[in-house]
Amino acid sequence: MIENPMISFPLLILFLPLLSFLILIFFGKRLPRQGDWVAVGSIVFTFLLAVYLFVQMLMNYNPDFSNSASISWIDLGAFKIDLGILVDNLTIVMLLIVTLVSSCTHIFSLEYMKGDIRYHRYYAYLGLFTFSMNGIVLADNLISMYMSWELVGVSSYLLIGHWFEKDSAANASKKAFLTNRVGDIGFFIGIMLLYSAVGAFAFSPIFESISTGESIAGATLTIAGLGIFMGAVGKSSQFPLHIWLPDAMEGPTPVSALMHAATMVAAGVYMCVRLFPIFTPGALTVIAYIGAITAILAAITAITQNDIKKVLAYSTVSQLGFMILAVGTGVYTAAFFHLLTHAMFKANLFYCSGSVIHSMHHALHEAHDHDTDPQDMRNMGGFKEKMPITYYSMLISTLAIAGVPLFSGFLSKDAILAGTLAFAQHHPEHFLLPLFGFSAAAITAFYMFRLIFMTFHGKPSMKSIFKDIHESPTAMTGPIVLLGTLSFFIFYTLPSNFNPIKDKGWFTDLIVPRNSSVPGSLTANEIAEYAHHAHYLAMGLSIAVASIGILLAVLMYQTKTLSAKNISARFGFLYDWSLNKFYFDENYNRFLYQPFMRLANTISWIDWEFYDKYFINGFGRLTKLFSNASGKFDYDGIDQGLVDGFGRFSGIAGKVLRNIQTGRLQNYLLFVVAGILVIIIAQAF
Amino acid sequence: MNNIDSYLFISSMLFCLGLFGVITRRNAIAVLMGVELILNAANINFVAFSKFNGMNLDGHIFGLLVIVLAAAEAAVALAIIINIYNNMNTINVDEAAELKR
Amino acid sequence: MAEIVFWTIAALTIMSAAFVVLNSQLIYSAVALLFTLFGVAGIYVFLWADFIAGIQILVYVGGILVLVIFGIMLTNKIKSVRISHKSMQQGVGGVVSFWFFIFLFIALTKAPWAISDAVEPIGTVRGIGVLLLTDYLLPFEIISLLLLGALIGAAVLSRGES
Repeated sequence: MIENPMISFPLLILFLPLLSFLILIFFGKRLPRQGDWVAVGSIVFTFLLAVYLFVQMLMNYNPDFSNSASISWIDLGAFKIDLGILVDNLTIVMLLIVTLVSSCTHIFSLEYMKGDIRYHRYYAYLGLFTFSMNGIVLADNLISMYMSWELVGVSSYLLIGHWFEKDSAANASKKAFLTNRVGDIGFFIGIMLLYSAVGAFAFSPIFESISTGESIAGATLTIAGLGIFMGAVGKSSQFPLHIWLPDAMEGPTPVSALMHAATMVAAGVYMCVRLFPIFTPGALTVIAYIGAITAILAAITAITQNDIKKVLAYSTVSQLGFMILAVGTGVYTAAFFHLLTHAMFKANLFYCSGSVIHSMHHALHEAHDHDTDPQDMRNMGGFKEKMPITYYSMLISTLAIAGVPLFSGFLSKDAILAGTLAFAQHHPEHFLLPLFGFSAAAITAFYMFRLIFMTFHGKPSMKSIFKDIHESPTAMTGPIVLLGTLSFFIFYTLPSNFNPIKDKGWFTDLIVPRNSSVPGSLTANEIAEYAHHAHYLAMGLSIAVASIGILLAVLMYQTKTLSAKNISARFGFLYDWSLNKFYFDENYNRFLYQPFMRLANTISWIDWEFYDKYFINGFGRLTKLFSNASGKFDYDGIDQGLVDGFGRFSGIAGKVLRNIQTGRLQNYLLFVVAGILVIIIAQAF
Repeated sequence: MNNIDSYLFISSMLFCLGLFGVITRRNAIAVLMGVELILNAANINFVAFSKFNGMNLDGHIFGLLVIVLAAAEAAVALAIIINIYNNMNTINVDEAAELKR
Repeated sequence: MAEIVFWTIAALTIMSAAFVVLNSQLIYSAVALLFTLFGVAGIYVFLWADFIAGIQILVYVGGILVLVIFGIMLTNKIKSVRISHKSMQQGVGGVVSFWFFIFLFIALTKAPWAISDAVEPIGTVRGIGVLLLTDYLLPFEIISLLLLGALIGAAVLSRGES
């Protein structure tokens, strides 16, 4: 089985980054250039392997291709866990995404992280992350997926907190990890519910068992599905666990591009796509609403943010909400399509912002200005002439995310919105879903163009540093150019389709949706039929809302005909809520953290003052009492009584017996005679 | 008087009385007298056994020798006692127990 | 008749011996010793030991007893005939002696002595004389040496430091 390249190459892709991590963690400091060539080399090699797999997939062009291999890990008879990998079209596309963005990040970091104080550890952790992400992608059972899931969380913690000297970074990494853990609790409960009902961890046995409807069904299945979905809520930063992603921007920008745009946060979506057959209609409805709420909430918050990375962070949360919404409404392959296109253009947006921030850093450093925030858009403006490559690439990606035709984002977002419309047509009570979806699309277009206009257009805000702004080196502009080109539609509609508004192509041919295993659900064909009917309506609506958004942005920020300040004053409290991220963190603090800390303090007090002092010390006192009594018994009783008694007895006996030695002959004579008598009498008896 | 038991009775009586005297008396000469009693008791024994063994005269010889020894011993003992008396002015066996004065 | 006499003499001997050891006055003890020795001589006669009886009286009474009395006289500051010395440990000594006597008596009476009857001899003097110079010549000579030694010793001892 290992000879089959379809199995051996994924295994190589999986373990090479782990090898790079181990080498760099132990020997990184001593290698020349701190070993970055080890990391870059291994990742680029895995990318080439992934390209090979992708080409093979295109050559086979088989939508039902699936290959798996497993080894037994724990076998106790009744309890078995097999570790294995599952390779099908979904896996191959995901592997390509992960390795591509990871390679771009590695190359980008060559320049961005040059001279960093923990350079080799940074690359080591990147390798660890790539290994764990590939682990999630290749898993064929829930336990492997869960293990890699946790590892991804750990890598995120390590990388967000890369500059842990800053308190804000250390706190953000802790927040990310802990929020993830809250989601993982649900994930684990879901896994265990499924295992206790089905008796297996691997996907295919679970799907088969659910389709018979005997082992687990109805409310239990819904709860299991929602439990598993909790993992996605945590990992993909959905409402209400979305609070960690904006704070995670404390990490280096390439890390933000890799993890918090393209891959790690997409893991939740990938998991939902893989496990779609276990979700009951009830669970799917909940999923859809959570996705929709997340999308609109994050979009509203992004409007007022001034930090360039925060805008992109909320944009990511919003787009993830879209993907989850797609899963909930049934068109889950559209979710995966959006994951693919979003990975490309969002990573590119982050790289471009990284390039801008890098340039700002240099300029401020030249001017010896350490107070102004290099990431604040109000300090930027007019960078268009100074950084042309960055500008054009970012513009292309912005057009993609806004859903403008001719770009990749239009196709994927269109598919999602068609799905929501179809869902609402058949379930009119869920009208909010498409409403939220289209509104979020409009707002997305608005704030993304706001970002472009504030950063690159208009007059520079800080003229003093403007002269030092320059384009970034090739190591940074290379990935930017690559991913910018990948934001066009054409790469997703080959081989046969050149129509920019039709999404048919290799993707839709090879990634086909499967029927849900839950008995009584709509089949994949039925869902696709409904979505198809709603297609043109959705297309028209999405073009309309995108135009509205872009127009508003132009009016407010380009031509400055509408004053942003006046509007924000008129919608006072809405602006306030948006700027302060709906006060989520503050409310969580007041209603969750503080009571819990109080409880912990109370328990701690009980333990210290009460339990320790009285109970434990009481035992101690009791022991001391016992030992005192025992000691007294030993000293006074035994020592004085027995031991000294022997001595005293000997003394007394000696004193008494001394009297025999009288010194008088006649006494001795008497003793002799008496002795003879005694002996004789004794003999007689 | 026709069997040996009577004589043995007498001799053992004398012996014990003599022993009592040796153990008990504090005057050196009184002790000597006790010793004489013991010797006499032994003598009676010798002679009695001599008679009741077919008049074997060995007993008589022994008795004679004992008498001679008693005499010699009494002489020497009295000489010593007189010497002690001259030196320590007492012949109380308790008080004359010191090696030097 | 002989029985009575024998037991009378025996009683005399024993009572005198008791007097010797129990009396606290030394001269009385000496006189009682005299009677004891006489009594012993009487017993010898009953035992057909005529020579020994004679020697007993001659040597013991006439020699040793006189010596003892001399000793008594010489070693006491004599103010009166009452010379007394207390005794010691009479209780325990009495008990021990008594029990010793009991033991001896039991042993002696229970023992199966090899008795063989004899004929009363004419006199024992001739026999003793013969034995002394034939079978028992060596002890005879040695005892005479001993007597010599005693004589010299006593003489030297009583000479005092000069």
